[in-house]
Amino acid sequence: MTALLSLRGVTAFYGAIQALKGVDLDVNEGEIVTLIGANGAGKSTLMMTICGNPRARDGQILYDGADISALPTHLIMRRAIAQSPEGRRIFPRMSVYENLLMGAHGRSAAEAEETMEQVFALFPRMKERATQRGGTLSGGEQQMLAIGRALMSRPRLLLLDEPSLGLAPLVVRQIFSAIRDLNRSTGLTVLLVEQNAFQALRLAHRGYVLVNGAITMAGTGPDLLARPEIRAAYLEGGH
Amino acid sequence: MLRDAFLSALVALGLFGAMIGLKTDVGATALTLTPRPLAVAVAVGLVFVGRLALLAWKKARPPHATGPGALARRMARIGHFVAPLLLAFAVALPLFAGRYWLDMGILVLTYVMLGWGLNIVVGLAGLLDLGYVAFYAVGAYAYALLSTQLGLGFWTCLPLAGILAAFWGMLLGFPVLRLRGDYLAIVTLAFGEIIRVVLLNWVSLTGGPNGISGIPRPTLFGLTFTAGGGEGSFADFFGIEPSVSHRVIFLYYVILGLALLTNWVSLRLRRLPLGRAWEALREDEVACRSLGINVTVTKLTAFAIGAAFGGFAGAFFATRQAFVSPESFTFIESAVVLAIVVLGGLGSQLGVALAALVMIGGSEVFRDLAEYRMLIFGAALVVMMVVRPRGLVSGRAPSVALGSRKRIAAEMVTEGRG
Repeated sequence: MTALLSLRGVTAFYGAIQALKGVDLDVNEGEIVTLIGANGAGKSTLMMTICGNPRARDGQILYDGADISALPTHLIMRRAIAQSPEGRRIFPRMSVYENLLMGAHGRSAAEAEETMEQVFALFPRMKERATQRGGTLSGGEQQMLAIGRALMSRPRLLLLDEPSLGLAPLVVRQIFSAIRDLNRSTGLTVLLVEQNAFQALRLAHRGYVLVNGAITMAGTGPDLLARPEIRAAYLEGGH
Repeated sequence: MLRDAFLSALVALGLFGAMIGLKTDVGATALTLTPRPLAVAVAVGLVFVGRLALLAWKKARPPHATGPGALARRMARIGHFVAPLLLAFAVALPLFAGRYWLDMGILVLTYVMLGWGLNIVVGLAGLLDLGYVAFYAVGAYAYALLSTQLGLGFWTCLPLAGILAAFWGMLLGFPVLRLRGDYLAIVTLAFGEIIRVVLLNWVSLTGGPNGISGIPRPTLFGLTFTAGGGEGSFADFFGIEPSVSHRVIFLYYVILGLALLTNWVSLRLRRLPLGRAWEALREDEVACRSLGINVTVTKLTAFAIGAAFGGFAGAFFATRQAFVSPESFTFIESAVVLAIVVLGGLGSQLGVALAALVMIGGSEVFRDLAEYRMLIFGAALVVMMVVRPRGLVSGRAPSVALGSRKRIAAEMVTEGRG
């Protein structure tokens, strides 16, 4: 398998504070890879750095063989990478339909309609709520909308930042199973950042553990789940 | 309730104690202070009673008697009738109205156009611009200078004025790309003042405080509107009695056309991806970036297009007045246009038109009341913010929809967040 996305020694700073301290990470085509870690470990920063905001100071971010670390954000996002950002960030005053259309920015209306049907098939709830305002949706529906909006650009690589944040366990399971279906049926590559380590590792093919801006462990999902240090740090005491 | 009213009265006492309570008179040798305790007592008492009445009214009124959706639906239904009626009235006005009312119509329409132009920047893109008058000034001076110095006609200068204003809009846009909300407002405010101060001090080009006079009037395909008629005039060509009112009617239709153009363009833009990107930008800039929207270009186009309409309106202003000076482009103009947009309901085209009618028309009608005009104006603003905090016509219809359009209730639209 070839790596669709690989990070080599990536560092990133917020002012003088170093948030990423040389991260190496690979995401192969067709894989679900999860990145777990505690609050403030740099998970979201890593996600944002891939998108070019903040920019990587050192190291390379290779996507499909090309270094994208110097590109402006909007050009990175046009290279078949899509992100469902942390905290969902849907457009609250726009309808569900308009929210989805925003995801297809820069693509033709016909293409957008076609992709929207696929999103509606994945999340039938979105079709029911199409004329409703984004802000009136429940948390779980907003997360579906955020993922659906990201899918509207027909990405090869989907970056998901904490899709389980603030959602009921049942809803989390629904969303994770939708991600699994999507990966199986279309071969979509997914990089998933999660605090909910247990669910994320069960879903993912492989996982990385980020501590203080550096990768400390890597392995397959079941392998990481079985390790005692992971159990102690991220799994015990509920999830 | 009593406690609240008492606190309001206390604040009023603090404010009015010095403002109303002390009157300065010119005495024999120096200024003398005359205390006016009775006036203060009256003012404070009014505040106390007013606050009490307001609270009582709020308590007595059942919360959302008709439900939030019902109100929005009713407003939408009324809107369907009001907009065409207003348009028909505006088109027919010169048929029956006299000179005074036509002049007022021109004034109101100028502000409607400015309101619609600013609505693109503030209402759609959510960029709070307190210096909109700068683009109005750029348009006005562009036409004034191009016509008096180079002898270009109004219809040649109109697009040039728009382009120049758009250029200045982009120039303002670049430094403020990273700013939002209050910070953006301060910089735009400063920008508006910079333009005015430059116009005031660049005497060799702009004539400074004396302004530029003798700006040519617009023509209709080369036909002039001179009062005396004569060769090549409108009256001569159509073989009718020359009259000053022809020019006024012509100017009225020019500004009506320009305003409708502004409306049409902003409605069209809202349905295009660019317009949707503006609205998305207003909602969440980070999300826009994550969707691959070029935030820089989106912001700059909003500034440029909004400014262009300000420029058109400015060129019209210059040709109507035949005279421009920096005095016409003070901060209060920006504030009035912004007030029109906010009162009308951010993003609502009909609301802006109604607000301009009420504010500009209203303040003209109340001209006889002199200094009490601003008092009424201020009181009206306060009442508006209490009764309809999201503007006259609040709520928005989705620009695109599956099946039937559904209005988004006013209650869901955020209040005046730049």
